[in-house]
Amino acid sequence: MRRESKHNGVFTRRALLIGGVQAAAFVGLAAKLYQVQVVQGAKYATLADSNRVSARLIAPPRGRMLDRTGTPVANNSQNWRALLVAEQTEDVGGTLDAFNKIVPLADHERARIEREVHRHRRFIPVTIREFLNWEEMAAIEVNAPDLPGILVDLGNSRLYPFSSAMAHVVGYVAPPTEADMGEEPMLTLPGIRIGRAGLEKYHDLKLRGRAGAVQLEVNAVGRVIRELDRQEGTPGQDIVLTLDADLQQQVLGHLGDESASAVVLDARNGEVLAMATNPSFDPSVFNSGVSQAQWLEWTENRRAPLINKAAAGLYAPGSTFKMVVAMAGLEAKAISLTDRVNCPGFLDLGDTRFHCWKKGGHGLLDLHGGLKNSCDVFFYEVARRTGIDHIAAMANRFGLGVALDIELPGARKGFVPTREWRIAQGKPWSIGDTIVHGIGQGYLQLTPMSLATMAARIATGRAIQPHLTRSIAGVLQKGASAEDWPSMGVPERELHAVREGMWAVVNEDSGTAPLARLQLPGVQMAGKTGSSQVRRVSREAREHGFKSDDLPWEFRPHALFVAFAPYDAPKYALAVVVEHGNAGAAMAAPIARDIMTDVLTRDPCGNNPIAPQRVAQTVKP
Amino acid sequence: MSVMERRLIRETSFGLTSKLWQVSWLYVLLLCGLASVGYVALYSAGGGPEPYASRHILRFGFGLTLMLCIALVDIRFIARCSWGAYVLGVGLLVMVMVMGHTGKGAQRWIELAGMQWQPSEFMKLALVLALASWFHKASWERMGNLLFLIPPLLAVLVPVALILKEPNLGTAVITAVVGFTVFLGAGVRWWKVGLVVLAVGAGAPIAYSHLHDYQRARITTFLNPESDPLGAGYNIIQSKIALGSGGMWGKGFMQGTQNHLNFLPEKQTDFVFTIIAEEWGLVGTLAVLGLLALIAFGGMAMALRCRHQYGRLVALGITMNFFMYIFVNVAMVMGAIPVGGVPLPLVSHGGSAMIMVMIAFGVLMSVYVHRDVEFGEGRDEF
Repeated sequence: MRRESKHNGVFTRRALLIGGVQAAAFVGLAAKLYQVQVVQGAKYATLADSNRVSARLIAPPRGRMLDRTGTPVANNSQNWRALLVAEQTEDVGGTLDAFNKIVPLADHERARIEREVHRHRRFIPVTIREFLNWEEMAAIEVNAPDLPGILVDLGNSRLYPFSSAMAHVVGYVAPPTEADMGEEPMLTLPGIRIGRAGLEKYHDLKLRGRAGAVQLEVNAVGRVIRELDRQEGTPGQDIVLTLDADLQQQVLGHLGDESASAVVLDARNGEVLAMATNPSFDPSVFNSGVSQAQWLEWTENRRAPLINKAAAGLYAPGSTFKMVVAMAGLEAKAISLTDRVNCPGFLDLGDTRFHCWKKGGHGLLDLHGGLKNSCDVFFYEVARRTGIDHIAAMANRFGLGVALDIELPGARKGFVPTREWRIAQGKPWSIGDTIVHGIGQGYLQLTPMSLATMAARIATGRAIQPHLTRSIAGVLQKGASAEDWPSMGVPERELHAVREGMWAVVNEDSGTAPLARLQLPGVQMAGKTGSSQVRRVSREAREHGFKSDDLPWEFRPHALFVAFAPYDAPKYALAVVVEHGNAGAAMAAPIARDIMTDVLTRDPCGNNPIAPQRVAQTVKP
Repeated sequence: MSVMERRLIRETSFGLTSKLWQVSWLYVLLLCGLASVGYVALYSAGGGPEPYASRHILRFGFGLTLMLCIALVDIRFIARCSWGAYVLGVGLLVMVMVMGHTGKGAQRWIELAGMQWQPSEFMKLALVLALASWFHKASWERMGNLLFLIPPLLAVLVPVALILKEPNLGTAVITAVVGFTVFLGAGVRWWKVGLVVLAVGAGAPIAYSHLHDYQRARITTFLNPESDPLGAGYNIIQSKIALGSGGMWGKGFMQGTQNHLNFLPEKQTDFVFTIIAEEWGLVGTLAVLGLLALIAFGGMAMALRCRHQYGRLVALGITMNFFMYIFVNVAMVMGAIPVGGVPLPLVSHGGSAMIMVMIAFGVLMSVYVHRDVEFGEGRDEF
């Protein structure tokens, strides 16, 4: 019994001790529960809510772009697309392999998908393939069990009804890069595109619109249980362009197979009616990613299809520059309207002989004759008397070598040299330099867009700026009326003399561009040819009966033509540049005539263009 | 108490009806209360009586019957079966190692009667019985003899090692702690207890090196759950979110978003406590904790009330086992200790675990019913 009680006492003490430890543990658990549930409760409640609620953005439809007649040139279409949600598959590679068996994926597509999967957070869907046809979509749906993580939905994609005809101006859209995404959460949405070139890039923010948002209750695997809240986004704004899509296509047709560009302006207000570049490319290719082979083909093509030659192609203007030289000379009083210059076929300056294009020379010429015959010696002399700085200043006033207000991100301003620039380079400006600039050679580098601007400014005497945007979201933009543009401040008498010279080039029998003569009753076009050497022609070659036709293509001179019409009441101005087209008169002038014939026949600015007031909407394919 | 009185008890109290009167019906009521908590939580987890709640309560009914039957079995008979149960338990553990069902990278289960049984659950009870019978009637002097302590020590270490090998860290630790508690209750000297504690402290790093990857992952993510929010740490984070978002008053019955949107992993089994926490708040969790504490302390009271060493030690061991379940499970869902695959007894969904718990409570109740019986000499002495 003693033993029993000894045990009993020890057990009782120890059991109470153990019970005490247990009680302490219960109190500890209760305290911890209080801490987690009450003290940190708010924090965890928020976490539970953010678990539960998933806010998703809804992509707004991108604004459309319409031509001046209301024809869409950039539109949205709905299409079936396959998306991949990486977190819903254990093996992205395996899923893509399975997908590849149903809808073959090119290597570059696969590389892009894997790159995007890698870049995005795993629950963000990545577009695998857009524009699925019915059979493909059905095949994917039927094989859904073998394609974990793949879902098919209806997405918006950009459609360019005029495809390559408008590609350089309208530009294209492409998936945003990581850098783009930083600032804008909307850009992480699958299938979202941003403007990468042309007007799509320039007006990107207006076209994009504002994303809407839905708040969804989701479960642990991301499946949507119900919608809690929805805010519709704002669709992108519709933009009406100054372009005439049909005219654009006609112009492109006249460029034929040449590597060439043409710009047609409304000379009175600077509206760009057509801006064609050949060769071109299919802008929709950028939607889904460009293959390596396609890219190489584009970049290695010496005719440079990706470059908007009309706004970014740089050419020496050749004789088309002579109007500027003439006006600079007139303004500087270096010549008068009646001053005559003798052309013996060359001009000697010290040891150097500058040749006229006409071997025997033109004899005595005034400004009218100089322009009509495009006499080089006449303009050598005018330039010599005027000086480069006056010429450069006049060129700038006519839109040459200065930045224009054109809404194209890739547009270049070209280059008109000054004495100052040359000296800044540490080299002297010689009188010989001035002389070659008198005929538009030397350091001059100008775009067809700026040459068309020059033609329009000569035609109307107004300092118009070329522009492509007519109205945004139904609001007519400034610049649509001629009165919006200030006068050039060049004396009308001088402008008139230059216009008359350009008229003679086309319409007088001895003019240099009889091929440019319009075949329309009662309408005449004034213009000026230009042929700009890309390589200096040596005296030897010249004396041995040089013919530029014999040169390899890339060494032949560029053919240029600038013009406006009708002569008596200028309305339209244009510039045509045919790369390595040899001679402006033979190559560019007939193209300009055909284009102007179409322009005058269509008369896009004569009939009141409709400015559509509709909001952006999508069209079913 | 006189011999006469004792004889009276022996002779009158052994009719089945009288025994039933001896059962602590208050304690049974507490168990029913706990099972009801389980019903409510599982009702919410399943979004209705199916698939968990109704089966839970059916099993509890079966378990309760089993418990009462065992409660009526003479504790001395159970005592005689102690070592047999122990040998059976070890045999089952070996069997599960050789041919057991592999689940979640571990071999833990035996398929029997349409249910998956974890022999380790049975082992813990058998170990308690075996140790109690070893220490039963051991003299205070014998308790001081080191050699006398070596066989029971081995009796603890063999199943612990086998359970660790399965591997099931949580249960192995609980088994060791339960065995340790029985030693403590039996009156092992404090300095020896201290020695064991030191040995465990020294052995922990070695044990860690033998852990499976997923067990180590649990320990690492326990230390820093946010390090891998979608991997191993997911369970802990989501369960803490569920707990914390319940706040003081909870989101209301069936209103737990973590629960109903399936953010909670294994919510009907190991993480059932989080459902209670999310939907009933701190008020609910403290009430459940209080109920659990009452059951644990009730067990301790039964141990203290018992007049024979065997019953005391058995009651102590069983209560400690129950307590360890609660502690490990609740601490686990709060992220206070590494996740260990330990259910909340009578609340978590799972048939075999519930039946094992009810068997243990049956033995506990048998101790209580037979708290005053006299163990004879001779063959009752082991």
